[in-house]
Parts: sequence; structure tokens; C-alpha cells
Amino acid sequence: MSFWVMFRLLTYREGKKMSKQQQHWEKTRMLLFITLAIWFVFSIGIFFFGAEMEASSIRPLGYPLSYYMTCQGSLGIFVILIFWFANRQEKIDEEFGYTEREDD
Amino acid sequence: MFKGKFIDNLPKIYGTYTGGFIVFIILMAIAEQAGMSAKLIGIFFVAFTVLIYALIGYLSRTMQTDAYYVAGRQVPTVFNGMATAADWMSGASFVAMAGGIYFKGYGYMALLVGWTGGYVLVASLLAPYLRKFGCYTVPDFIGTRYGGNMARLSAVIVLTVASFTYVTAQINATGTIASVALDIPFEIAVYVGLASILMCSMLGGMRAVTWTQVAQYIVLIIAYLLPVFWISNKMGAGVFPHLMLADEVARIAELEAQFGLGEVKNSAADLKQVPKGLSGITKAHAEVNTTPWKFISLAVCMMAGTASLPHVMMRYFTTPSVKAARRSVGWSLFFIFLLYSSAPMLATLSKLSLMDPNLATGIIGKSISEVQAIDWYQNWNQANLMFVSDFNGNGTLELNEFFMGGKAVVLATPEIAGLPYVISGLVAAGGMAAAMSTADGLVLAISNALSHDIYYKMINPKAETAKRLIVARVLLVLIGFAGATIAALEIQGILGSVIWAFDFAMSGLFFPLVLGVWWKRANAQGAVAGMLGGLIAGSAYLIAVRSGYPGFWGVTQLTFGIVGSLVSLVLMVVVSLMTKAPDAATQRMVDEVRIPSGKAILGKQH
Repeated sequence: MSFWVMFRLLTYREGKKMSKQQQHWEKTRMLLFITLAIWFVFSIGIFFFGAEMEASSIRPLGYPLSYYMTCQGSLGIFVILIFWFANRQEKIDEEFGYTEREDD
Repeated sequence: MFKGKFIDNLPKIYGTYTGGFIVFIILMAIAEQAGMSAKLIGIFFVAFTVLIYALIGYLSRTMQTDAYYVAGRQVPTVFNGMATAADWMSGASFVAMAGGIYFKGYGYMALLVGWTGGYVLVASLLAPYLRKFGCYTVPDFIGTRYGGNMARLSAVIVLTVASFTYVTAQINATGTIASVALDIPFEIAVYVGLASILMCSMLGGMRAVTWTQVAQYIVLIIAYLLPVFWISNKMGAGVFPHLMLADEVARIAELEAQFGLGEVKNSAADLKQVPKGLSGITKAHAEVNTTPWKFISLAVCMMAGTASLPHVMMRYFTTPSVKAARRSVGWSLFFIFLLYSSAPMLATLSKLSLMDPNLATGIIGKSISEVQAIDWYQNWNQANLMFVSDFNGNGTLELNEFFMGGKAVVLATPEIAGLPYVISGLVAAGGMAAAMSTADGLVLAISNALSHDIYYKMINPKAETAKRLIVARVLLVLIGFAGATIAALEIQGILGSVIWAFDFAMSGLFFPLVLGVWWKRANAQGAVAGMLGGLIAGSAYLIAVRSGYPGFWGVTQLTFGIVGSLVSLVLMVVVSLMTKAPDAATQRMVDEVRIPSGKAILGKQH
């Protein structure tokens, strides 16, 4: 997943021929890939290393790292991630003038 | 007192409601001191809260389709977050989750990660786009995006299988709580629960369900957090348990070693004496006790299932805008996080208070006869949720000689920790709120799909509004009764069927929904093949595993959605590519869905 993001970042060009809507979608997709990459790390990636996390000397608030991530760590990161994603997407929509009218 | 529009006054209205509920708790506490019986307090708590929900349901009655199906699309972000959290957190989350963590530790917490991580998928892949679409139900999106009755019908089938599996568990949970709190037999309590559920949803549809779910969230979160904070402070474990229980977690590990956890195995003959459904502590509290794949596969199924369950998705159809739908997902997860991050803390406090000989409540290491004489032990033993037996005949209670039901962690811990009974009454009301709110959402999701997608869109497109809404209500009642009848049979446990529901939803709906937005080339033939093929493959795997087939890739009956959704993906892509691309109008529709501004695809009234 993260390779894909790297690939997109490297091959991403400000296309002159792309219409406004295509550019908007290109940026939206980029944001999706970044969001999903972070999501992947904290929902799947780190749990390949449960035993390593348990043995780690990093102990947030004194809890074993593996325990902390399952009780609070990953959960809290997801909450922040969604709000961050929502803000970024709103900025993208604004940039291209696709923001909804408030009285809609 | 409340001038102006209802929507503008929401903070005031629910503020007053919360204040009123706290006053009610205090009044009950005073009544308890004055000698009111525990039984009566329980009845007051459950009856009072259920009546309030029914009143809200009545006040929200409506005869307009967009109010009935999508609450008039005017639910503000934060309130929709609360309603979704209540919709989401079922009787299983409230009553069974802390117990699961208590007994199974790390391996079980894959569910916590899965049931929260799924919201990232909801926010980024689906909710804003489906909101832009302007549909009333999830099959409405599938039917319009792919075109044709076959796609619509397939979506309704998957939705019904997944949601119905889920709803019987919830009606079962309302029945369990009502039967304990009101002291009536379970077979009757199930129908009392059903009546309460229908009162909240029948007259006002989505509008009524929205405003009762907000009220139910407030009750359930107070009922969950108050005991956790109280017990933690009473034990001297920490003012803010979430941040301060590291010493307690370490202490449990120390005690586990001291009491020889896992060293003494009970013989099969001894275990036969233990009542069904109770278990002892056999797994270490905070240790990593499962393989990475087991953990990850379960989390993946729960995440994809979250994004495909229609009763969650349809909550985001009620926000005023696409932007609000996106933000509302964040608020939903925040409100869910409040409860989910507390469940492991409750499990820790509960376990320590029973295990630690330095605490007055600790029972391990005491003499068996002493434990059997404790009041709360007798109560919960009678309720079939606790059991001790002196297997080795030394007269002392060992760690392997104590057994408890999963529900007891939430239901009995306040009493064990010596909190007044009013807290136990509050917890019963909270459990009832959690189970009712989820059941409401599910019954509504099924009956809306049947009334809007099958009746109105396929059978009788000329039906007038009044007739459509009558059909919707009749179906609501029928589905409720069907659910209650099956719940009364008590076939599966609460948690097992909840997990199956996620796997069913994931098998049939995940890829058809996601690719509907993100892959323009996806067409009706592909979607139908994906939905039906995924559902059939998933179900076949489940049946095979349950009848003795060992399975492959370590996929169990809890994670069969992996098989179902992979089959669904492959079929959908292959069949789509082999058949004609969607026409230009459909492609334009997908383009339109991808930008927030402009008109919805489906009109305000449709």
C-alpha cells in the first residue's frame, strides 16, 4: 500500500490537459491513498509485530506498547485521522470551487 | 422556554434532558438511602428511560417521506455523531465487550481495533459520496448507480441477511435486560423489548430513531463511564483511569504469576460441574496471546464489515451536506472511542478487585465457605453468572476454581466494588439503551429497504406517499416480530451472531459499494455477480467450517468474510470487464457523485 503512495507521489504531475474536475479527483485520490496508508499502518501493520511491541521499552503512560495500542493508541489515531482527512478534503474542495452552498 | 426551530434548540433540549437524567439518578440514590428496594430501583430506571424514548418517538411522528427515510436531512454533525454511536454500540458492545477483554485479553482486542478502524474506511471511501448521491437506503444507491432491478434486489438480499442476523441478537439482549430488571420471564421480556423498540421507530421512522438514539447515547455513556471512574477512584487506582492504570495492569501480571495462572489445569470431570456459559481466567491479562494473522484477519473483517453495514451507512444520509457527513463520521468515532477505550479499563479494575488479596473485595486465596457467604456472590450465583468450587479440596479458593459469565464484568462489578445499587440500576438502563438503539437502526434499515426498494421502486412505483409510509410501518412491525420470535428461541450467543453479521455484510456489499464510487467501469452485471457470489461463497464457507471442514489460510467461522469478499471482488472485476461498460449517463453520474457541490443525483422526494 505504501509503495503505491510513493509511486503516485513520484509520478504525480500537474497535468495541463486535465480538466478542473479531473485535477480535483486526482488530488482527492492522492489524499485517499495517504489516509489509507496511515490507516493501514495502525490497523494492520503494527499488529504483525505484537510480540516486538510487547517487549519494547517504549511504554506509553507505563502500559506495555502492545496493550496500549489496542486499548487507546490505534483508536485515538483513527479519530484524529478522520478529522484531519475531513479538513484536507474540505481544502481540496474549496480550491476547486466545489464547496456546497450553506443553505443547501 | 425553547423559542424558534427545533433543530436550533438541540443543544438546549439535550442539555436539559441530560440534567434531568442526572437529577433522576440523584433522586434514585436518595430513595435508596430512604430504603427503596433494589428491585424497585431497577424497574424505575428501565421503565423511566424507555418511556422517555417512547415519548420522543411519538413527538417525532411524521407523514413525509424524506422525514421518514432520512430525518429530513437536517441532523447536525455532532448530534448525528451521537446517534451513530448509539446505533453502532450494541448490547454486545455494552454488556459483553469488557467481559471478552477480561477473559481473552489481547486476542479479543482485535475487535476494538476493527470496530473503530472501519470508520476511516467509511469516511474516506463511502459516506460523503453516498450522501451526495441523495439516496434513501443503501440498495437505493446500488440500484441507481448500476441500474436495473436485479442489482437493487441483490443488495436488498445481502442487507437483509446481514442485518437480520444482527437484529435477533439485539432483541435477545433487550429481552435479557428487561427480564432481569423488570423481573419477568425471558419469553415475555423479549416482546416487551420489541414493543419498546417499535414505539421509538414506528411513528417517525428515521426522524424518530435519530432523536431517540441521541437520548439513548447520553444514557448509555453516563451508565458506562460513571462506574469506571467511581470504581477507579474508590480503589485508589487513579483519578482518571484511562491514563493511570499502568500499575494495576502490572499488578495483575504479578498476581497471575503468584497464583500460578495456567499451571494448574482443571480436569474435564471438574469442568463439567461449571454451569454453561461461565469461564475461568485462563489467559494472561495484557500479554500478546495470539498470532499476528489471527489478530489481523479478525480486525480486517470487522473493518470491512463496518463500512458495509447499511444501518450505519444510512445514518450519514441524514446530514445537511456532504461536508457534514464527512465530519460526522469523525464525531461518531469520537463518541464510540469514549466507551471503547473505557472497556479495557473496566476489565482491569474488575479483575484486580477480584484477584488482589490486599483489597477488601479480593476473593482469590480466601476460604471457599467465606466466599460462598458473600451477598453479591450469592446474588450472581443465583443469576447463573458466578460459580466457585473447591476442586483440589484444600478449602481455599484458587484462581482456577473461580468462574464467571462474560456479562458479569459490566453488570456485577459495581456491586462487587461496593457501589450503591443505584449504579447497577443505571447500568441496566444503559444496557437497555445500547441494545434498543441498535435494534431500532437495524429494523429500520431492513424495513426501509423492503418498503422503498422492493415495494415502491419495483412493485408499485405509482404508490402515493401515505400508502408508502403505511407499507413501511407494516413491514417494520412484521420484521420486529420475526426478529423477536427467533430471539425467543435463543439459538446463538449475542456476540457470535454480531460477528457473523459483519462477515455477511463484508462478503456481499463491501466491494460493490466501494467500486461503485471508485471504479467507473464497474457495471450492473459485475455488481450482481459480486454481491450474490460473495454472499454465497461466504455462507458456503461458514456452513462448511461449522460442519467440520478444517478451512484454509487460517480463516475461521469468525472471519469467513475474507473468503466471501475476495470471491466478490474477483467476480465483480472479471464480469464487469467481460461485459459492456456502463453508458455515458452512468459515467456522468459517477463524476457528479465525486464532487460535493451541485444537485444530488436523486431528488429530494423520490
